[in-house]
Amino acid sequence: MIRRNTIPFGPQHPVLPEPIQLHLVMENEKIIQALPAVGYIHRGLEKIAEKKDYIQDVYLAERICGICSFMHSQNYCQGIEELMKVQIPDRAKYLRVIWAETHRIHSHLLILGLLADAFGFENLFMRLWKVREQILNIMEKTTGARVILGVCAIGGVKRDITPELSEYILRELEAVEKQLPELMDSLLKDYSVKQRLIGVGVLPKDKAHELGAVGPVARASGLRMDLRETGYAAYGDLDFKMVVGEAGDCYDRTMVRVKELYTSLDLIRAALKRMPQGPISVAVKGSPPADEVLARIEQPRGELNFYIRGNGTRNLERFRVRTPTFANLPALLHQLTGCELADVPVIAICIDPCVSCTER
Amino acid sequence: MLNHVSEITLDQISTEVWKLKQDGYRFVTMTCCDRGESHDILYHFDKNYELKHLRVTLPRGTALPSISSLFFAALLVENEMKDLMGVQVSGMAIDFQGRFMLAEGSPVAPLNKSIPGIGIQIQDKTPSAPEGTVKS
Amino acid sequence: MINLINSIFRKLTSPTDCLRYPFVKRELPEGTRGRIDIEIDKCTFCGACEKRCPSNALKVTRDPKSWTLNPYSCIICGYCIEVCPKKCIIAHKEHYSPNV
Repeated sequence: MIRRNTIPFGPQHPVLPEPIQLHLVMENEKIIQALPAVGYIHRGLEKIAEKKDYIQDVYLAERICGICSFMHSQNYCQGIEELMKVQIPDRAKYLRVIWAETHRIHSHLLILGLLADAFGFENLFMRLWKVREQILNIMEKTTGARVILGVCAIGGVKRDITPELSEYILRELEAVEKQLPELMDSLLKDYSVKQRLIGVGVLPKDKAHELGAVGPVARASGLRMDLRETGYAAYGDLDFKMVVGEAGDCYDRTMVRVKELYTSLDLIRAALKRMPQGPISVAVKGSPPADEVLARIEQPRGELNFYIRGNGTRNLERFRVRTPTFANLPALLHQLTGCELADVPVIAICIDPCVSCTER
Repeated sequence: MLNHVSEITLDQISTEVWKLKQDGYRFVTMTCCDRGESHDILYHFDKNYELKHLRVTLPRGTALPSISSLFFAALLVENEMKDLMGVQVSGMAIDFQGRFMLAEGSPVAPLNKSIPGIGIQIQDKTPSAPEGTVKS
Repeated sequence: MINLINSIFRKLTSPTDCLRYPFVKRELPEGTRGRIDIEIDKCTFCGACEKRCPSNALKVTRDPKSWTLNPYSCIICGYCIEVCPKKCIIAHKEHYSPNV
């Protein structure tokens, strides 16, 4: 006998860090349709951005997300710099890369920990977050804050990394890298973890492209898509290598994130080594002209888009944010269709949902 | 600066989007911008890190044909536009009936310019005396 | 299995990773953006910080001379510190205490 019923998953659920509801239409134990219901934390941030000064918006953009905050301010600043045709000093570009990559490491460690927690491996969760604490210490020591760094400004950055601090960062990264292999082995080679992740939530390559998936979700499906390849900021000089999976299941997504941790460590080291001397910012005068720009950047979760339109005054005409989770939601719905109810937490956490930036 | 922008009309939307889909473009997002008498709608597509944009000028009160049958991902953006900008979209694959982002009792189309923001304290823009004239 | 025993022994013999909080406090590094304060003697009450504050947490009046900060609105972004012409706004290392 087939019984059909609807189960609301969320908005408050032990595995979800932020409130999002998924309406799951079930046929016995199988999900036949999934629908998202968002809007629990809609803040009307785009409206506030139009009312504030374009420099105040840097602080606003930074607060869109509480995990990848630096990337948001970096993208906003890059967009405004493109709009106002400002050339920033080379050193600032390298400093931006360093902070962006520390953010990527801490974000990936956070989501890997949450994933471990979602399938009930609490010990691993705590140990991953202990490593993350060291990364947060690097950020606190170099910028003065742990997550909302507040160092990105239009025309450059606000703080410099002195040679002593650079020594300190290298030391800490060394310590972090020493701890990683043991943890990553238990995440990728453990029998029970493999049983939980392999073959769950498969997203084929053509479907990923059609649904517009971005970031680790798209790369795990075999799409070669990482905006860092375009060489924005200083990525062009740092021989960046993309990590691509093939199966497109939860295991590959985890693997892509784990390998990206190492890529980011290498990128920080290379950036510290090749960072040129010089000024860290240029003064910016005037207002954004009446023109429009679509700024893009690779965030830990994927491609982040800011549509910025000026109107010649100090306020912006329109500021629209398209975050990676918003682009990954259709892919999530596709993965959920046809899976078991017990797999929903793992699949949902594997796209790395960041709901407050999705709803802005 | 947006490069590769093609201005199209309302009835060209589905053919143009279909052509881009055949060329292997990926749907990035849509942007809606309030221009007073009309809404400016931009479709953004990407292929090998090259962006392509389509711009449609939508007069107020006109319905926008949905492209969610071609790109399912457009569904969420269209629903969001309907909620936040008050744009009528016809033929969406799933219609959330204006309850996608907003709850009951919230302002209608809050991102339009004619709606003042709620709870946003806007700074007093009146010019003040030159800085540092009063010594303490 | 051997890994497991290894890591258990390592954990048993190594000191704890946590701080004994009420007795040992975490040291904040130099340059932490914490509580915003003002050196009121240097202030000219120009209002530059009030105009720029992204969250409207500051209120400056010339008559009577006063500088008020609403700690519940303050987002500790440090913009006021940058724009102050007299450089009299400072950020302490420690954060706001709950009984502000």
